[in-house]
Amino acid sequence: MRGLSLRSPSPMPGFGLAAGITFTLLSLVVLIPIAALIARGADIGLAHFLATVGTERVLSALWLSFRLAFLAALFNLVLGLAVAWMLARYDFPGRRLIDAAVDLPFALPTAVAGIALTTLYAPNGLVGHVFQGFGVRIAYTELGIWLALVFVSLPFVVRTVQPVIEEIEREVEEASATLGAHRLRTFVRVILPMLTPALLTGFALGLARAVGEYGSVIFIAGNLPYKTEIAPLLIVIRLEEFDYEGAICIALAMLAISFLMLLVINLVQVLSRRRYGNA
Amino acid sequence: MPSIHPATGHPPSPPADRTGAEAYVALFDVYGTLHLAPPPAARWHPAGTREARPARRWPAGIAAALLAGAALLTGGGASAETLLNVSYDPTRELYRDYNAAFGRHWEAEGNAPLEIAASHGGSGAQARAVIEGLDAQVVTLALASDVAAIAEKSGKIPADWQEKLPHNSAPYTSTIVFLVRAGNPKGIADWGDLVKDGVEVITPNPKTSGGARWNYLAAWAWADRTFGHDEARIRDYMGQLFAHVPVLDTGARGATTTFAQRGIGDALLAWENEAFLALNELGPDQFEIVVPSVSILAEPTVALVPGNLHSEEQGKAAGEYLEWLYSPEAQAIAAKHYYRVWDTSKADPADVARFPKLDLVSIDDFGGWAKAQPEHFGDGGVFDQIYKPR
Repeated sequence: MRGLSLRSPSPMPGFGLAAGITFTLLSLVVLIPIAALIARGADIGLAHFLATVGTERVLSALWLSFRLAFLAALFNLVLGLAVAWMLARYDFPGRRLIDAAVDLPFALPTAVAGIALTTLYAPNGLVGHVFQGFGVRIAYTELGIWLALVFVSLPFVVRTVQPVIEEIEREVEEASATLGAHRLRTFVRVILPMLTPALLTGFALGLARAVGEYGSVIFIAGNLPYKTEIAPLLIVIRLEEFDYEGAICIALAMLAISFLMLLVINLVQVLSRRRYGNA
Repeated sequence: MPSIHPATGHPPSPPADRTGAEAYVALFDVYGTLHLAPPPAARWHPAGTREARPARRWPAGIAAALLAGAALLTGGGASAETLLNVSYDPTRELYRDYNAAFGRHWEAEGNAPLEIAASHGGSGAQARAVIEGLDAQVVTLALASDVAAIAEKSGKIPADWQEKLPHNSAPYTSTIVFLVRAGNPKGIADWGDLVKDGVEVITPNPKTSGGARWNYLAAWAWADRTFGHDEARIRDYMGQLFAHVPVLDTGARGATTTFAQRGIGDALLAWENEAFLALNELGPDQFEIVVPSVSILAEPTVALVPGNLHSEEQGKAAGEYLEWLYSPEAQAIAAKHYYRVWDTSKADPADVARFPKLDLVSIDDFGGWAKAQPEHFGDGGVFDQIYKPR
């Protein structure tokens, strides 16, 4: 029988190839570049690193980037849950279209998204001039940056939460209702705990995506130092001054902060899992 | 009875000898969360065989992945002689015309057809791309310091590059003017008007844009004359000027878009050629050009990149490409695209007549780029000092 000698103990063969691809790919595109970054950073020395990152301009850029990314991810946590709920629970005309549209921020080149958002929200744009009437400027302010970050991180919460909502048995909600829980209580005590891990994952992914976003933000940001200059732009500016060390320092600072934030989110996830059982 | 591994010829190792990677199973759950768990005790191992096999197959897997990657990345050999011109932002239209004209000129001289590609972007970013290995045979950048950076950091351009071509290697020049909204509602006539209350000025970031460095130096030159070389007052003016900038784009073209299409700002500090282009492309009824009393002679410089020449033929083509920029035909093309040129013999007199006469200072008044670049635009330089958080 052909292939007998290649039969592997698992019903699904292919471990060798899968492992080869995994480790090669991960090394080539993720591990080696990050190791190179850290290795270059190690030459700089802590004192120089702190002096570079500790300047007011770098600190305000980092604060802006992480603060707005956090706010955008937080907004998407609520908005994304609503969208996911809508898509999973209700059937309405155009549902599949909306479902597909959620993925557009993944597919669209971010520069295109940035230009489109800027065109719409600039003071002379379709939406922007309405807000301008109320004295609110969106493009070229923090609000504009936040909007672009909401756009790029929208799909994460929706796509992580939607399948979980689809898997929730309706009987669970019915049981909760027959046992006397009103709707809010059912949602908060029964449904939300089931969704928490997925929500947190979506939040973490969205946050990570928003922190690093460059392409769409620079069009709508205004890019004023101390005010609307995001950290990734400052890295690019440092590179264009041929200040590679400065760029590496900011990149390492971002890497460290991102790592810490993801660590905290994972801890929260572990705690919530422990509290609600392995939901 | 122990079975013999068909491929390795060794008896299988007992389950306790699992390789490290196998000792824990990594699982992604439906939430995308990574779980590390000890392997289930009762895995399906009929007769307990072939424990060592996966490890032996890793090298084969890695080799297969590498081969596949290599196959995807290679391909496409050399064809016709090619030339890559790495240029800055607002020269797109100029080099589109020039490349076509030069191609005809090159073939008319009995040479094989040439494939010319042009790349555009912020001047500093383009210079960095060349330093980091972009295979440009010629560079045509916004200012000499960007070419000098390539010479200094990559060694692909000789140190004396600027003497290799006439006029400081600047085949065409330009200056900095203001573009204002039609009717000039804010009454902007000169540099001093830009810091009046309620005036918003659009300029790109001098750190990333070559054109913005010319803007900055032109403003400095005006302030220098107006305040009689009083550096404190000049710096004060420069600080005020940048406090009137609501959007700091990274490149000249981006700034033009912000001003013209987004409707932000009352005055755009722009290359003269960019201002003319905006005026003609976007409607003369929307904007007008204001010529300040003093401006700067902006010299975009060109250079051959000998370190990126791969054949004698390519070197000849690249050299001719730059020298022909000074020919009357090419100068006419540059004049048509609103650049000030040296040789107007074949240019349309109407094109030449468009340029207003104004008082121009030169980069030499700032001690040349070698001095001005680090002093004003280096990290912690004058620009960093005057740009204060508000």
